[in-house]
Amino acid sequence: MGLGDWLLPAYTIIAFVFLLIPIVYTFVFSFNDSIKSNIAWRGFTLDKWLNVCNVEGGAVCQAFGNSIVIGLVATVIATTLGTMIAIALVRYRFRARSSISLLLFLPMATPEVVLGAGLAAQFLAVGVPKDMLTIILAHTMFCISFVVVTVKARVASLDPALEEAGRDLYGSPSQVFWRVTFPLLLPGILAAALLSFALSFDDFIITNFNSGSVSTFPKYIYISASRGIPAEANVIASAVFIIALVIVITAQVSRAARVRRLAKL
Amino acid sequence: MAFAAFATAEAQPQAPKRKSRIALLLLLPGILYLVLFFLTPLISLTLTSLQVPSEFGDIGQYDYAFNWQNYVDVVQLYWPHILRSFGYALAATVLALLFSYPLAYFIGVKARRWPLLQSLMLVLVIAPFFISFLLRTLAWKQLLSDESFIITSLKALSLLAPDAHFTGTPFAVIFGLTYNFIPFMTLPLYTTLERLDLRYLEAGSDLYANPFTVFRKITIPLSMPGIVAGTLLTFIPAAGDYVNASRDFLGGPDTQMMGNVIEANFLVLLNYPAAAALSIILMAAILVLVGIYVRRSGTEDLL
Repeated sequence: MGLGDWLLPAYTIIAFVFLLIPIVYTFVFSFNDSIKSNIAWRGFTLDKWLNVCNVEGGAVCQAFGNSIVIGLVATVIATTLGTMIAIALVRYRFRARSSISLLLFLPMATPEVVLGAGLAAQFLAVGVPKDMLTIILAHTMFCISFVVVTVKARVASLDPALEEAGRDLYGSPSQVFWRVTFPLLLPGILAAALLSFALSFDDFIITNFNSGSVSTFPKYIYISASRGIPAEANVIASAVFIIALVIVITAQVSRAARVRRLAKL
Repeated sequence: MAFAAFATAEAQPQAPKRKSRIALLLLLPGILYLVLFFLTPLISLTLTSLQVPSEFGDIGQYDYAFNWQNYVDVVQLYWPHILRSFGYALAATVLALLFSYPLAYFIGVKARRWPLLQSLMLVLVIAPFFISFLLRTLAWKQLLSDESFIITSLKALSLLAPDAHFTGTPFAVIFGLTYNFIPFMTLPLYTTLERLDLRYLEAGSDLYANPFTVFRKITIPLSMPGIVAGTLLTFIPAAGDYVNASRDFLGGPDTQMMGNVIEANFLVLLNYPAAAALSIILMAAILVLVGIYVRRSGTEDLL
């Protein structure tokens, strides 16, 4: 027992330090006073944070903007379609159930490069030119399964008695859905939307196959990797990191506070 | 985690049959979407893998055919890449499991008394996801390069041979794959370990089992669903990855994996049939390996 008492916490601290090293590196180098490539440390500057878009005619910001638009559109479509599937899977019995589960599971078990090449082959066969639309179609496709998985857990934990009560009080099906079911599902739907946006925003492999000449933030980094990426890319990545961290910590802390309040009752 | 979530699909309350029309309306758009943009592309990919070059066409022009020879050709040409993909992915999966298990055990079991600390540690596990996958990999490239202070100080301390270097070697690629997929391993492990009933462990010690035996005979079997899910979530993306092994990232000419070859054939050489044949081989191999693994590890109810 004695050994385990300090060995495991010590290991945990070292493991976290290791996991965070590249993040700290990215953040520190966002303050690097470099001219073009961002490899060697050349002194501290706030300039990259203040003038993020002033490099390469704003190419980084253009790519970042594309990623945001693609992420938002794909998230809205994937979350809507995925939530509908999740409700149907939990609430209704039907014969094709196991084949539908398989169809939802397979995209998650398929390597991204196969998903990317498959869609690209499809667009090629049909003669669809690759642009923003093809990226959005691709991202929506791989986000749906993750939305279903996330929302399904929430639907399963929902007490059907609450909806029954709504019906007993003469609520129409749509009233019951929008006033009872939807608000109860909302935390799960929001979590699914965040996950979907994060997956879309960081996706490179599938995007690379289906983007044509359109640039996204990860694609910009991939292309710039050979000549060294500018510090401005580190600024954008660091800013996104901080925003995401704040969102998730706020959610976790409020959840922990809620659990504690419930425990006191 | 994703896989575990599917396992709970069946234990749901019964619903009246007459509502199946609503179920159909709810399912139809999403399922249609996946049929159009997931299933049909896989069929397109299979058809593409059997194509032959157009007789009078330009580079990148192919006609539909039934040319099995494409598969023979790519295996002959790229068998080292195929073996490397699975070898690197296996090594990265084992390393990620060894790294993640103690971490997930601490968060899921030892930190139970402090829910807030537990939540914050979970955030730290997924924190790498909040920064671009490619930037993280580039950061490691810089940190492992010959001029970085880590490498120079290790050499100054004689912990490393003076002529040793990392970037471009299989070690660096496996390192990068391990690092990038650790959260995929830690999260499912955490999910099962968090639900581990400690009374089983106590019962084990009461019956005079030493801590190692308790771990081997009780903890490991009870955390098997997490191990299986984590292994799949790490192995599958690692085998298909082409960022870590790229020359501009952690790889070199001798570390190219299937993903790199598929990318090069599809986007640069415009040899679509070769890229498609390799993709189908990758997918088939993964389905077979996953099938065997899941059957062996005794968790058939993943779906």
